[in-house]
Amino acid sequence: MGKQEYTLSIFSENHIGILNQITIILTRRQINIESITASESAVRGVHLLTLVIKTTGDMVSKVARQMEKLVDVLKVFVHTSEEIIYQEIALFKVSTKGLLSGNAIDNVVRNHHARIVEVSPEYIVLEKTGHKNEISDLFTHLEPFGLLQFARSGRVAVTKQVRELNSYLKEMDEANRVKAEDVDVYGRN
Amino acid sequence: MKKEKNERKVNGVENISGAEALLKSLLAEGVDTIFGYPGGAIMPVYDKLLDFEGRIRHILTRHEQGAAHAAQAYSMVTGKPGICFATSGPGSTNLITGIANAFLDSVPMVFITAQVVSGLIGSDAFQETDILGVSMPVTKWNCQVKKAQDIPGAVAKAFYIATTGRPGPVLVDITKDAQIDKLDYNYSKCTYLRSYNPHIPLNNKAIESAAIMINHAEKPLILAGHGVLISRAEKELKEYAEKAGIPVALTLLGLSAFPAGHRLYAGFLGMHGNYGPNLLTNEADLIIAIGMRFDDRVTGNLKKYAKQARIIHIEIDKAEINKNVMVDLEIHNDAGEVLKALIPLVNKASHEKWIREFRICDKTEWDRVIKSEISPEKGDIRMGEVVNMVSELTKGDAIIVTDVGQNQMSAARYYKFTEPNSLVTSGGMGTMGFGLPAAVGAKTGRPDKEVIVFLGDGGFQMTIQELGTILHYHIPVKIIILNNSYLGMVRQWQDMFFSKRYASTELVNPDFVMIANGFSIPAQKVMERDDLKDALKGLLEEKGPYLLDVQIEKEGNVLPMVEPGASVSEVTLNYKEK
Repeated sequence: MGKQEYTLSIFSENHIGILNQITIILTRRQINIESITASESAVRGVHLLTLVIKTTGDMVSKVARQMEKLVDVLKVFVHTSEEIIYQEIALFKVSTKGLLSGNAIDNVVRNHHARIVEVSPEYIVLEKTGHKNEISDLFTHLEPFGLLQFARSGRVAVTKQVRELNSYLKEMDEANRVKAEDVDVYGRN
Repeated sequence: MKKEKNERKVNGVENISGAEALLKSLLAEGVDTIFGYPGGAIMPVYDKLLDFEGRIRHILTRHEQGAAHAAQAYSMVTGKPGICFATSGPGSTNLITGIANAFLDSVPMVFITAQVVSGLIGSDAFQETDILGVSMPVTKWNCQVKKAQDIPGAVAKAFYIATTGRPGPVLVDITKDAQIDKLDYNYSKCTYLRSYNPHIPLNNKAIESAAIMINHAEKPLILAGHGVLISRAEKELKEYAEKAGIPVALTLLGLSAFPAGHRLYAGFLGMHGNYGPNLLTNEADLIIAIGMRFDDRVTGNLKKYAKQARIIHIEIDKAEINKNVMVDLEIHNDAGEVLKALIPLVNKASHEKWIREFRICDKTEWDRVIKSEISPEKGDIRMGEVVNMVSELTKGDAIIVTDVGQNQMSAARYYKFTEPNSLVTSGGMGTMGFGLPAAVGAKTGRPDKEVIVFLGDGGFQMTIQELGTILHYHIPVKIIILNNSYLGMVRQWQDMFFSKRYASTELVNPDFVMIANGFSIPAQKVMERDDLKDALKGLLEEKGPYLLDVQIEKEGNVLPMVEPGASVSEVTLNYKEK
């Protein structure tokens, strides 16, 4: 089975150590993380980790199940790149002198849809949002002008699917609350 | 607000220390026995333990690893979670083997470790270890408590997580200042966590499909594992198997879930399992796997495992389904609940022809392996012979504890388990040194039962210090050392796969009788077959602890064997003939 790029959206409680618990699962299986982003999700108090890994379809479903098994993880979604809308953001710091010679700056802003964030006599900071290959294109383009610094974020993604996390949460909730009432509904934390 | 405070007073206690709150919380969870070892950081808790005498019994083992194994065995024989205390740093790292062992064998355990005072965390203080980081891969859940008022909540969560769903060990690390500081104590059990869903609604549709598959099968085979015992579904398993007339094979940890000697008992699965269930796994047309995880020791070569059969997997842990073996029907539910729902749906049947195939295999195994193992006419004493004799003398009514290796496989093969939870062994981890402390824990949990532990001379010496615990609490465990002066299982592999090059497997042993006597444990050495039966009777009649050092044939091999890389249908019955 061939390896492919997968985006994992991991919804979890915002507890200390959750990232470690997730990366342990990957490290143990020698899977490299291509990119990683952590943020709040649309549901209050629920944390969203977006991981990009390259592996086989069989392996990705196994690691997703291992992650979902973690006590603090609510739900894990696995997506191929076609199933999601995703972006990365990159910042480029370029020497002003280099960039202002000729019509380079015009090309960059217009053709690459980049944005100028800051200009000073020494440097210009450009921002580019897009897919990895678009950012790489711009990188190649800017390199000859003297790239001083470059930083790219991890992938952020939202899914094309219609069913949202909330409905899964509700389903799991109902199954457990009904059962829990049989036991002893006293305090829940 | 004021009213609320008054209410709290009724349920709780004001202004007690974190240590006291911890012990009160344990009491609230029904804990009466703790295994542990004190040290600097956990001293406030141990100090408070004195005030709980009579309500909480603390067993001081001679090493933290021993405490972990003992607590695990206690849990396995009582069904209650095993509780274990250790101090910070080396105290907690010494637990790791025990935690990992419980993790792989799905045993509910709550480990309480102490941590240096919160202000010193991260400063490489004396006896500081990042036990959360160290234990993370081998616990179901762990957490650190730095404030006294968080102790009851953390304990409640720990018990809920450890005992529900697929059980497992959890660890709560409590800083020394949190143990000392005061809090207003109030305890409520945890019954719900948003991100954790142990109760899975019964998949009735899948169960109906399973019933159809079962009713149409001609050669069905049940593979039952530890999950059946955890779910306490032995009765349901028996009822279901009897109604549908399906033979039942058991994994190592599943042993005792179905009575040996039952006409539908197919035998013990795995590398050193019985001939029939291994061979016929590749003949069955339907495999019903219940509460087991297709471990590599059970499946042998996956590429040649049960390819002809359709497979139904009943398993509470979704991550285990389709992990090693791709199945045709998954039922992601509790084993007991599924079996209960399945019984009325399956047709009454008897697969006599199919069952006869197992009996033919049994006959082959008897002729070629078992007969010479349990009733040899000449030569040195054999392991199977000892185990079989113990099985007959106790009539299967004892708790058997084993160490790991040849002694374990012989015990699993030749003891006839009839009562649920009567075997305590280290399955997934294969932890040498498990046996002796586990026997301590098993006897502590079930003082009404005879507890007999089979040890190898190697494993015994890994945790031999627990003889001190047996002496200290006068725990009447019966110790049988199957002594061949070798690390027997490794030597067997060297014999079979490394051209008999015995690298570091021969042991120069001390006089075990003298050692036992040093711990005030009566002991006897058995050299001759003629003395064996009387010695075993003597061991069983003894009221207190007793040790037998049985000299076993030095280079005996455990057979049959599914050799590494081989298929379950390529069982080696007689190695010498090859």
